[in-house]
Amino acid sequence: MIEIKNLTKTFEVSYGTLDALKDVSITINDGEIFGIIGMSGAGKSTLVRCINMLERPTEGTVCIDGCDLGRLSAKELRAKRRNITMIFQGFNLLMQRTCLKNICFPLELDGIPRAEAKKKALELLETVGLPDKANAYPSQLSGGQQQRIAIARALATNPQVLLCDEATSALDPKTTHSILELIKEINRKTGITVIIITHQMSVVEEICTNVAILDNGKVVESGSVSDVFSKPQSDAAKKLVFPEGAEEVFAESGNEPRIRVVFNGAEAANIPLISQMAIDKGIAANILGASTKAIGDRAYGNILLGIPGGKEQVATAIEYLGAIKDITVEEV
Amino acid sequence: MFDKIFSSEALAESIEILKNEFPVALWETFYVTVLATAFAIVLGLPLGVLLVAGEKNGVLPLPKGIMNVLNVIINLLRSVPFLILMILVFPLTRAIIGTTVGTPASIVPLVIASFPFVARLVESSLREVNPNIIEAAQSMGASPFQIIVKVMIPESVPSLISNATIAITTILSYSAMSGIIGGGGLGKIAINYGYYRYKYLVMVFAVILLIVLVQLFQSIGTKLATKSDKRLKSKR
Repeated sequence: MIEIKNLTKTFEVSYGTLDALKDVSITINDGEIFGIIGMSGAGKSTLVRCINMLERPTEGTVCIDGCDLGRLSAKELRAKRRNITMIFQGFNLLMQRTCLKNICFPLELDGIPRAEAKKKALELLETVGLPDKANAYPSQLSGGQQQRIAIARALATNPQVLLCDEATSALDPKTTHSILELIKEINRKTGITVIIITHQMSVVEEICTNVAILDNGKVVESGSVSDVFSKPQSDAAKKLVFPEGAEEVFAESGNEPRIRVVFNGAEAANIPLISQMAIDKGIAANILGASTKAIGDRAYGNILLGIPGGKEQVATAIEYLGAIKDITVEEV
Repeated sequence: MFDKIFSSEALAESIEILKNEFPVALWETFYVTVLATAFAIVLGLPLGVLLVAGEKNGVLPLPKGIMNVLNVIINLLRSVPFLILMILVFPLTRAIIGTTVGTPASIVPLVIASFPFVARLVESSLREVNPNIIEAAQSMGASPFQIIVKVMIPESVPSLISNATIAITTILSYSAMSGIIGGGGLGKIAINYGYYRYKYLVMVFAVILLIVLVQLFQSIGTKLATKSDKRLKSKR
């Protein structure tokens, strides 16, 4: 279990001080894939670097299984880092080493005999699906392939935690998907805890179980992905979930009563729900705004409906839609 | 004047000198240059590493005082003209070699003059290493020493080779200068015959040989640097 408690990081900059993180507390359970999402400059990269102490927190603690990383000596910390490895947006492979030697690198640091390291590296090349690239140099690989090698390198020391710092931000959507699939598979097979830092909603939706939203150095919202994304509370979360601001368009206009239909993973992606209500109940709802996403065959997000014709109609609509599993309806 | 310089007697005499003296002079220049470069690298490489690693945000931050002293020493040595430095280090040369004249003795001032230059070259090569790669190594638990030896230096090998080539050609031209104070080699011949005895043609030959040496070092260096760089796409 990773416990981040009251983490604050202040940088000295030319114009004074900059609070990159303000009192951040997050708990991440073993074996989960945890997303930390935020806009550029929200403090994501600083936060992830505090987890392995590449950045020393100004205040607060990071404990992994009860071990306070801030109290370790430089040497102990180096040993601990073999247990918390990291992949990066820019892959950061050693350009003058072959892929095989890149994967051997952390083992070499650890003083593992060459033959043993090579054996492990070859296994990992299989795991990441690039067994034929052992003797290739990173410059000969595509971005996605380089990230696979970086993942293999990060796994070489059998770590307990994998930190992914914008690991897919430099990749195209298809490659992003395949890298996420790989991470998911590794998580499933080895039970490794994965922390994903990203600014891409799609990444969190695809792979994470829990998420924390970071805005301006603070955690503004956290919880399960379906909760946070279906009912975003904070402005930052709303901005991420509804990047177009769809929800706000009609929010302040009109006099008819409005209801909000929230989809919490309802199996409704294929059902013409609103039309069905018009047929069944004769309510001609006016769609004022909608932002829904289908994840798999489940729907997340919400729709803002204007209901013509008084309180009765509203009550009927709420009852009708509310009866469907994983949909909640509220009057607004 | 030029018809005299290129007269058949002058040519015959020069060729005679060429036969008798140039093989030895060429060898002297060659070994002085290579040895001086080797020593300069031995001193300059660690110094260059310290200049980068010892910085505030480096992998092995050193006290600011030490860094300032290093920088001042390097800048001081680099600002003394070589001709004067050669004479300034006479006591050191005598202490190490036992004499201040002759070919071996010229190695001392060459090293003193060139190791700060090499340190700066090493510094610039190491600064080219992508800091994200160093961060990645830190995230894997590499110690400062491991980062220097396994990341910074290997990653900058192509650049280090290019810069070593610059160093060796510069040291070659310095070594020719040492002919003035009794160092051996092509420089001595050029000065003794061309300047003191007005045998212009001999000097021209000496210069041609120096050019050939520079070309040789440069083309070998460029080839090695290119060959060692695994980032180049042509290696596909």
